[in-house]
Amino acid sequence: MSQETWKIDVNHVTRVEGHGSIKVNVRDGVVEDVKLCIVEAHRFFESFTRGMLPQEIPWIVGRICGICCVGHQLAATKAVEDALGLKPTPQAVVMRRLLSHSQFIQSHVLHVYFLAVPDFLGAPSVLPLAKTHPEVVRRALRLKKLANDFTEVFGGRTLHPMSNTLIGWRKLPSRKAIQDIRDRLRAALPDLEQTVAIVGTLPMPPYERETEYVSLKRPDGYALYDGLIYSSDTGEYAPVSDYRQVCNEHTVAHSTTKWSRWHRDSYAVGALARVNNSYDQLHPKAKQVAEALGLRVPCYNPYANNLAQVVEIAHCSYESLDLLDQLLAGELVPDDLSFELRAGRGFGAVEVPRGVLFHEYAFDDEGRCCDANAVIPTSQNIANIEADMRAFVPKMLGERDRDDIRLHMEMLLRAYDPCISCSVHLLDVDFVE
Amino acid sequence: MKPKVAFFDFASCEGCQLAVLNCEDQLLDLLERIDLVEFREALSETSARYDIAFVEGSVHREEDAERLRDLRERSTILVAMGGCANTGNVQARANATAPAVHLERIYGAEARDRVLTDTEHWKLWAHTRVRAIEDVVAVDYVLRGCPIVPADFLHLVTRLLMGSKPRVERYPVCVECKEAGNRCVFEQGGTCMGQLTWGGCEAVCVSHGYHCDGCRGLLPEANLGAHRVLLRSTGMSDADIDSRYALFCATQSKAIGSNS
Repeated sequence: MSQETWKIDVNHVTRVEGHGSIKVNVRDGVVEDVKLCIVEAHRFFESFTRGMLPQEIPWIVGRICGICCVGHQLAATKAVEDALGLKPTPQAVVMRRLLSHSQFIQSHVLHVYFLAVPDFLGAPSVLPLAKTHPEVVRRALRLKKLANDFTEVFGGRTLHPMSNTLIGWRKLPSRKAIQDIRDRLRAALPDLEQTVAIVGTLPMPPYERETEYVSLKRPDGYALYDGLIYSSDTGEYAPVSDYRQVCNEHTVAHSTTKWSRWHRDSYAVGALARVNNSYDQLHPKAKQVAEALGLRVPCYNPYANNLAQVVEIAHCSYESLDLLDQLLAGELVPDDLSFELRAGRGFGAVEVPRGVLFHEYAFDDEGRCCDANAVIPTSQNIANIEADMRAFVPKMLGERDRDDIRLHMEMLLRAYDPCISCSVHLLDVDFVE
Repeated sequence: MKPKVAFFDFASCEGCQLAVLNCEDQLLDLLERIDLVEFREALSETSARYDIAFVEGSVHREEDAERLRDLRERSTILVAMGGCANTGNVQARANATAPAVHLERIYGAEARDRVLTDTEHWKLWAHTRVRAIEDVVAVDYVLRGCPIVPADFLHLVTRLLMGSKPRVERYPVCVECKEAGNRCVFEQGGTCMGQLTWGGCEAVCVSHGYHCDGCRGLLPEANLGAHRVLLRSTGMSDADIDSRYALFCATQSKAIGSNS
């Protein structure tokens, strides 16, 4: 087979969010071209937000993505607050961290169990697993429901929550709801242990490529809701307002998303980048999970992103228990949400399950939005995914048949957990012959 | 034979498909009763014909319209699922501005000109305008809202599986808002679109301290002219009123008209 000329075209790769294609051309046994094509239609959020009021922005731009709606809402909330010189109350910051944690648990559980585990168990989807591994599917659904209910307690509902706004909370959750979710989260710890056990048995494809890892980072905690921009290449921090220099967005014709590069041609964001960059700041229980999974940092195997996601499920679960106790130790106080419209420009960054997310907004003298920009994790990862494919396909050519290469390309893409509807749309792998 | 059920998405956040996956307690029972043949977000399987196709998202390019026409032909029942599919939702606000202007703002003039003239790839970039599903093909049933209400989905799919007609309540959000015991947003000094908007959401936003922005779409009998007069009386300018209507109802508010 190695002397053949052929192409892989996977159009509309499944089990990723959004539409993308992988194109691999092999000529005379040599990999000639690997392209990751994003074919999603445009939605123009950064343009049509013009004219909106500040408090409308986080509410509307959460609609960029269903899975990351909490993260988009939080990044936008922070950016708009920055533009208007507003400060969230300390109570609101704790509740935003809890909202963010609930989203990480939900998204990582969905990704690990529904999108990645079927590959490793050789199933085309999670559906046949309901017959062959019913306990796995039931546990996945239990954990996912718990995480969704957790989001609902603090957000008002699971998808496109409405409770959080500029400065603080429109309506506070009840004490009883907070207690209930804390008790349920504690009761779910055995399910978490079982998750670690099953993911620990999954074989990892043995492909590694050292790259630059970029994430938020802070010395005093595992940076998810806030932190400065950090690169594993330089070991230095950059302020969030410098994000445009970090992302260096550029356009390529075969994808409707923008691509990023910082110190080299590509960099990686996401769970593995965060664990690599901030391992020391993980909750002690999450470090135990990393050890149990054999995840040692720095780790250069992109397929291990799934392991890093499980480490983060543990981190977010245990830290949430601490934060919920902290919240219950005092009384919740309603926030004064009044503010004055004014001109200004502001920046906000949060980590979302797929990596660091940047939002920027400007407001005119009447306080209406006049400029907006968002840089999404998946668009930052795309150049890196393509670089991984370029590095791995030649190695796979000698070791695997075409169907297996196709599967491993798709698995690689899914390991990054791309969220193509955010970044416009992502990928299809076609072997073109 | 179990009915073949499929989910498709066009331009959207894909949150309505997630809302389906979020029916955790009913999901396994449902999967016993249907043959789920396409759900790209979660599955790799595909099929040639569908008994029920759920379609999320709006149509932005001609190649997407062709894909939609093709799947309409292969589907017995087609359900437009969620705000984007039904009205174009938040992204229909983009229709007020030429696509080339959007592309310039987001990608820059040079990149816009390059991608729009690239012979191999221009179709990818050829945004026309945001269209609801029913603007392209016939729709049999709708699930409203941004996001859809999971109970609506379960009700519809149960009735379709039983071969009976789904229930459709036709009343504004205010009905359920009163039932929920909320104080009227206007009385609290705010503004609200609940009077104009299809109910069925249990007024969840007002119940959580916000107001209604009309994500379930405007009722056919919505009196936008009277509503505009009401909003003006709170001190809102016409520009802000237009912007408010165009948060979730850009296509509808234009079609119904309210500049009286």
